[in-house]
Amino acid sequence: MLFHARRALRKSAKAASKILPRKFAGSDVIFWLVILFLFMPLIVLFVYSFNASRSGEWKGFSLIWYQKLFTESPDLWKAFENSALIALTSALMATMLGTLAAVGTARYSFALKSYVATMSFIPMILPEIVVGVSLLVFFAGVGLKLGLISVWIAHTTFNIPFVYLLVSARLAESDPTIVEAAKDLGATEIQTLFKIILPMALPGIASAFLTAITLSLEDFVITFFVSGPGATTLPLYIYSMIRFGVSPVVNALSAVMVAGTVLLVYPLRNFLKVFAAR
Amino acid sequence: MKRNYGFAYAAPQALWLTVFFAAPILIIIVYSFLKKGLYGGVEPQFSLEAYSALANPTLLAVAFRTLWVSVAATVLTILIALPCGYSIARARNQAVRLFLVIVPFWTNFLVRIYAWIAILGNEGFLNHALRFLGFRAEGYQFLYNQGAVILVLIYMYLPYAILPLFSTIDKFDFSLLEAARDLGASRMQSYVRVMLPNIKPGIFTAVLFTFIPIFGAYAVPLLIGGKDSYMLGNVIADQVTKTRNWPLASSISMTVTLITAILVFLFALRKPKEQKLVRDQEALSQSVSGGAA
Repeated sequence: MLFHARRALRKSAKAASKILPRKFAGSDVIFWLVILFLFMPLIVLFVYSFNASRSGEWKGFSLIWYQKLFTESPDLWKAFENSALIALTSALMATMLGTLAAVGTARYSFALKSYVATMSFIPMILPEIVVGVSLLVFFAGVGLKLGLISVWIAHTTFNIPFVYLLVSARLAESDPTIVEAAKDLGATEIQTLFKIILPMALPGIASAFLTAITLSLEDFVITFFVSGPGATTLPLYIYSMIRFGVSPVVNALSAVMVAGTVLLVYPLRNFLKVFAAR
Repeated sequence: MKRNYGFAYAAPQALWLTVFFAAPILIIIVYSFLKKGLYGGVEPQFSLEAYSALANPTLLAVAFRTLWVSVAATVLTILIALPCGYSIARARNQAVRLFLVIVPFWTNFLVRIYAWIAILGNEGFLNHALRFLGFRAEGYQFLYNQGAVILVLIYMYLPYAILPLFSTIDKFDFSLLEAARDLGASRMQSYVRVMLPNIKPGIFTAVLFTFIPIFGAYAVPLLIGGKDSYMLGNVIADQVTKTRNWPLASSISMTVTLITAILVFLFALRKPKEQKLVRDQEALSQSVSGGAA
């Protein structure tokens, strides 16, 4: 197909450019300095998480903060639970809504199509604080008590545009004649959707779902406004720990989270490259 | 006959976004033209009070500071990210390099802010290191000023700029650089006059990805900055949660939204509209999936 031919062509051009000798690469020096800059804070946190002292001074190796993290921090684990629950459910909801809308706008034209496309674009370019404040005012207006439900609604809302975008991009690449063929052979709309369209878009849907989970776990600003008692998420919990007396337990928690990120991202690195360089 | 199911597919999402996105934004717009209620909330009475309150010198100072900090941080971020994106695009080990950029990007936002407090704080890493090296014992205050805010903002949003820049530069045909050199251009000229015009969409995406979140920044100035580094985001939050002046919070939100919209349109208007939107969305989706997939 044309798409693959284009990619192959680009690959060979790139391969050729790599054989050509490069002299001094100032950009590489800058790149490694930036990596050092990006990692330095994470490394400092990691080292401090093993510090026996509370302050920034090194007083010897200790695992006490890890022990406190895993055995004496029930609130923290409750917050983690809330975060995981919200992330999974909001990503699921956003993926369903976003995927359906992407399929609809990719295959048909209809009266409200440009409305759907625009509405799916604007939330992404608005500052988070505006989205958060408007949702808070809205929830107050309709009388919804702030809690897990309001956080779930907010997270689903900011996740939808990303799902819509990623799935649309995937659908735009797939071959429309296959769908036509299925129709000609007598498939119903539902059959076409579940047997042809969704399987073809699956990589896009999967990456959309993962993106939504990440965005949800990460979000602080919007959650800060729409969360209420009993709905503390992990970022909100870390925030309160920073604001009201730093405990080195945060160091241990951060180290665990960074290690988790590394373990999750490293096996995905080639997959990521394919996506980023598409 | 081919039936049109388009609306049936799109309706659930359209409904959700209408109720939970469009309606709240409309409420904010309406509230910004109402009178402030006595005990928070609003009174149903038309008033331009909230907009005239924007001209308050304290608020104007915050607005200009926000603009200044956002522009400075965005420009510096892009200038640092350009050579990084180029370096990744030309490297043999692209996957490893992307991995190195993505790890800090995927690390929790608040953990990264906290890490900078651990480094720059009065009892932080830097002060202890300096004391160890024989600098003054009482230490230096690195936190709670505008320089620290800009530094941490750059740190936060560098990956957001590097990833879209990489994905555009990666598609650039590097042999054009050789051609420019053969035709007598200097190395710098070949980058600025041949490569830069070709990677404009990537730069556009990178600017959007850094400027917009920085312009609405809330957590970084709150935790890293002092009173003199308050930004519009902090004022909005205070008006909502502390002062409970919802009309003013709404009018400031509208101002922030308008400035963001103007920026987006300034960029978008430079090319034919339809083609432009499609391309931006493509660039966006690539950098999004590159960042988080």
